[in-house]
Amino acid sequence: MMYATRARNARPEPFAVRVGIAERLGIANLDWPLAFAAIGLVSFSVFTLAQATTHDVPGSPNYYVDRQALYGLLGIVGMLVLTRIDYSRFRELRVGIYTFLCASVSLVFVFGFAARGSRRAFELPFFSFQPSELGKLLLVLALAGFVIDGARRGSEVQRTVRYLCLGLAPAALVFLQPDLGTSMVFAVATLAVMYFGGVRWTHFAVIGGALVALIALVLVVAPAVGTPVLKGYQQERLTSFLDPHAHEAGAGYQQNQSVIATGSGQLTGRGDRATQTRLDFVPERHTDFIFAVIGERYGFAGAALVLSLYALLIWRALRIVTLSKNSYGTLVAGGIAVSVLFQVFVNVGMNLGIMPITGIPLPLMSYGGSSVLATFLAVGVLQSINVQARIGQRGRFAW
Amino acid sequence: MYLRSGDRPQASSRLALRIAVVGGVAVALFAVLFFRLWNLQVLSGPDYLAEAKNNRTRSFKVIAPRGDIVARNGETIVDNRTSLALQLNTARLPADPAEANAELRRVGQLAHMSPRKLRRTIREGEEVAAGAPVTLRKDVGYDLVYYLEENKRDFPGLAVQRVFLRRYPHGTFGAHFVGSVGEVTEEQLKERPYKQLEPGDEVGQGGVEATYDRYLRGQPGLTRIQVNALGQPTPGGQLYSKPPTPGESLKLTVDPAVQEAGEAALSERGLPGAFITMNVDNGEILGLGSSPTFDPSEFTRPMTQAQVDQLYRNPSAPLNDRATEGLYPTGSTFKLITALAGLEEGLVTPSSTIDDTGSITVGEQKFENSEGVANGPVDLVSALRVSSDVYFYLLGLKMWDNNKLQNWAHALGIGRPTGIDIPGVEGLLPSKAWRNQLYKAGETERPWSAGDDIQLATGQGDLQTNPLQMAVAYATLANGGTVPTPHLGLGVEDAAGRVLEEFEPKPRRHVRIDPESRQVILEGLHEAAQAPGGTSYPIFSSFPIEVAGKTGTAERVGHANQSWYIVLAPYPNPRIVTAVTVEEGGFGAESAAPAAKTILEAYFHKALQEESSKSSTG
Repeated sequence: MMYATRARNARPEPFAVRVGIAERLGIANLDWPLAFAAIGLVSFSVFTLAQATTHDVPGSPNYYVDRQALYGLLGIVGMLVLTRIDYSRFRELRVGIYTFLCASVSLVFVFGFAARGSRRAFELPFFSFQPSELGKLLLVLALAGFVIDGARRGSEVQRTVRYLCLGLAPAALVFLQPDLGTSMVFAVATLAVMYFGGVRWTHFAVIGGALVALIALVLVVAPAVGTPVLKGYQQERLTSFLDPHAHEAGAGYQQNQSVIATGSGQLTGRGDRATQTRLDFVPERHTDFIFAVIGERYGFAGAALVLSLYALLIWRALRIVTLSKNSYGTLVAGGIAVSVLFQVFVNVGMNLGIMPITGIPLPLMSYGGSSVLATFLAVGVLQSINVQARIGQRGRFAW
Repeated sequence: MYLRSGDRPQASSRLALRIAVVGGVAVALFAVLFFRLWNLQVLSGPDYLAEAKNNRTRSFKVIAPRGDIVARNGETIVDNRTSLALQLNTARLPADPAEANAELRRVGQLAHMSPRKLRRTIREGEEVAAGAPVTLRKDVGYDLVYYLEENKRDFPGLAVQRVFLRRYPHGTFGAHFVGSVGEVTEEQLKERPYKQLEPGDEVGQGGVEATYDRYLRGQPGLTRIQVNALGQPTPGGQLYSKPPTPGESLKLTVDPAVQEAGEAALSERGLPGAFITMNVDNGEILGLGSSPTFDPSEFTRPMTQAQVDQLYRNPSAPLNDRATEGLYPTGSTFKLITALAGLEEGLVTPSSTIDDTGSITVGEQKFENSEGVANGPVDLVSALRVSSDVYFYLLGLKMWDNNKLQNWAHALGIGRPTGIDIPGVEGLLPSKAWRNQLYKAGETERPWSAGDDIQLATGQGDLQTNPLQMAVAYATLANGGTVPTPHLGLGVEDAAGRVLEEFEPKPRRHVRIDPESRQVILEGLHEAAQAPGGTSYPIFSSFPIEVAGKTGTAERVGHANQSWYIVLAPYPNPRIVTAVTVEEGGFGAESAAPAAKTILEAYFHKALQEESSKSSTG
């Protein structure tokens, strides 16, 4: 009985109310701008892939388009389903969710298939499933539950350390796959949940200091003493953006080409005369570097539109943070909002040459079933928080 | 303060602050992205667009076929053949240096090149046009093509490309004036006519190939194709294509019959020598050759050391064009000039006679007729007929101190550029001023003396000229005083045979010649050729066309006598002049005159046929 809510028990329905179709579908209390942003982004993604990837898979010009459209539709359905589920249920399931999260990212080591030297995904009959993508959402859901429930156990320092450990454990597993980008998202999501959970600023200051020390250790000290933590290519990617021309043929190549692609789009884009992203100069154009494709094909106009949709999405997410009827919702919405913001900034920044290459996909734009589905589910959770908040305000529930 | 579970959202001020901070960060991050995007796409967009375009295109020059060179009757002298060139695309060599080295070693074996030579060729090619395929060897055989085809995987960077090479269907025909084709040199690139060329472009080197290069060269085409990140052409990616404009074809003044006869006559003698046949009125060269000769097609292929030695280190210098670049005394053929100077300067009259006793003595030096023969009383005509040296010695003596002989020789073109459209030499016309200057500089042991002029009067001594200059001098007398500009280029035609341009170089200058002087001298030459007692009477007595010809036997230090013959035909109004010289050929009538006769036979072939049919019917 997923739809059983505290509100129902607390406030029985005083009147018989006619329930409209929208309410039956559970979309009456949707946050429409949020849904518009998410669906708009995935539609733009499908549109872009349709134009840019015609020749990518020999023999099937619509390979990426068809699949991305399908993932998008599945994602929308998933979002709508989640909208009608009271997200608070996830708080009760936090241990199960957390266990599933850790198990799934670990099982990749055993059953996952290797792509370019790292094991990140399971090969399923129709698509490959990358658990760490869904893990971003699962981590937020579980960790927010732990934060709420552990709010009175132990000292503040103990709590902070506990949350950190809970969040960083799966992050470490993902890092070992190796998937540096996603593990960074995990870390950021962890910090975001803690942040909205009220962890002290001073603790964040300490964490920040530790982070700086860690980065210094990983990038400078560890290679110097001969025990590098990062693989060579990872380190190069992380640092080459600082001086792309020094690595023009190596790690900086991709980024340099991506910057040229985006820049060459100018105000209105080159359309089908795009060359950088059409002729393989920009690698991974359907996934990590899809923003460069948009930049080249549709120019500033297209790129700004995409950024605006993200801005809309984040604004609505942050708004839901404030609306949430309970603190679990606040933490979940905050975690989702910040992790999406982080991914967008890092990916777009990477495309524009101001952030390192980390392999973080652009939510809802980059081709990939796991990412699209997981992001829509996250949006669905946000919608659920919104719906529940509104029901609470109006004193009744939608179902 | 931690929120209690299940609480209604206490939008506490602390949470509101935290949300506001996140909101502020989000605004800042988006601002950064928008600013960066605007900077990239709008402010620097054009730069990146240029970079992107530069990134994805590659231009290839399409070589234009060079124009043909044809004879005046349209017969092909030089055209093109397509050949297969082995080219290496260095961009497709393995990235790993060790693998690249191994690949280069195998390529070298295939192309018969040492690794060092291969490396040098590649480096030079890269300097010329970075990124373009480097030509390793031209003119590879089909066996190599098939081998490559079968072993494509082993030689990823190798390709066989069609190129144009010069073809010489008639072998040695005109070898000395056609010239060859080769890569433009660094020095040439600085000169104006080659300014628009790039290193590696081929231009005419020597001969008419060089002189008329701008017509023959054509315009290279350009193909710009779109390439992907690997440098491979993309399907349908031809962006721009300008087809090459083939070179125009050059028509020469050369008459193949005359040319062939001349070359054959020379090679028959087996001695070094040269010939030229020229229209006396307009300077059109009907035939020009030098012996020994060479096959110009050798320059289109890599040469063996033996070939190089044969061409460049051969004492008989086959590459040397003796007709235009030879430096010889002329012997008695010079007497035409001496006679003209004597008549025009009033030193002799056509009727004035001298007594030829076989020799004259000037100071302590005795100058003898050939073999000391005494000809008795001779006038100008008979002096020319029997080639009396004494008659001309006396003329030379009369002019020894006043430079008059030199003035006339100079006016007729001896010892000065002729203006021919292939390389020539200036030669040397010895004069008082010249020798005295040398003497002052201490480069010779004695000043100018009467003996020098006496020798010059009979084409001996320090005189250095060649068949070309002599032909010009004879032509000038024959046409009554116009010094023609000898030339080989007749005109330029496009591929369809339409005449685009005709070359009619203006005469060099005009010399005032008394028609009577001309007539008397021609008569003397005519008698020398076709009157009993004439020096070349044995050769031309039965020649059905009247001619005026002069033998020459030049004495060269360290060599046997050099045979000369210069003939104007038909007499009395000559159309052509033929000059032949044969080194160590003995008397003029011995080898040069028969060769000249062969050439005239070829030129008058049709007229001679008519003559013989007339005589057989009559």
